[in-house]
Amino acid sequence: MLLQAIFILVSLATLGAALLVVLTRNLFHSALFLAASFFGVAALYVLLEAEFLAVVQVLIYVGAIATLIVFAIMLSRGGVQRGVPLFNAEWAIVAVGVALLGGVLIVLLTQVAWPVSQAAPPADLIARLGQAFVGPYVIPFEVASALLVTALIGAILIARERE
Amino acid sequence: MIPLSWFLIVAAFLFCIGLYGVLVRRNAIAVLMGIELMLNAVNLNLVAFWRYGGPTEVTGQVFAIIVITVAAAEAAVGLALIIAMYRNRQTVNVEDLDTLKG
Repeated sequence: MLLQAIFILVSLATLGAALLVVLTRNLFHSALFLAASFFGVAALYVLLEAEFLAVVQVLIYVGAIATLIVFAIMLSRGGVQRGVPLFNAEWAIVAVGVALLGGVLIVLLTQVAWPVSQAAPPADLIARLGQAFVGPYVIPFEVASALLVTALIGAILIARERE
Repeated sequence: MIPLSWFLIVAAFLFCIGLYGVLVRRNAIAVLMGIELMLNAVNLNLVAFWRYGGPTEVTGQVFAIIVITVAAAEAAVGLALIIAMYRNRQTVNVEDLDTLKG
């Protein structure tokens, strides 16, 4: 099956980029691999027929968050000491713990018979999404906008140079 | 059609990789990148369950969009904190921030 082959390729690329984010010493390269991983997740959204979310993912994660991280790396360049080990002292214990968590999750996920609906997403999904945000989900929507304004003002206040 | 469990397994792997980054990296920005990976894994789960659980409802996508919004706010505040921390302490190493350790 072509779709499954594409899925395997995309997910391997996403997971590989994510691994490189964690394992690369050069932070700048980490940020670029992070953007690649975000792109991979956007491709998985396309495979899930969530095209709007794929576009949002590229716009917000690749466009805004990855750029923000690159700026933060450039602004804190001097804080990176040379010769310091990449990981802290507990890296081996944490690796075992995370591998255990991953193993348990995968056993669980493959054992459960998930109820799967055969329905296809409606053609006017984006219109429905917009209506949902001003209809039943209007309060979460407003809270999200308040949160964004608060976060913006807070970020400016925290990062501001003080005399 | 791609089985639902494949998406869930990819999301589980992505979450574990992010968690590992959060727990072992010394650099605060790398820790934040791990958090972003974990949030992406959660979103992938939400969208996969939306697609296979009930694609005629928009609830799953609404959830994912709210998570993306909160992630954006979190990244902005987190990076501002890291920059403030670098300005005051000249370090971005999380292990150097032990002022509260008695």
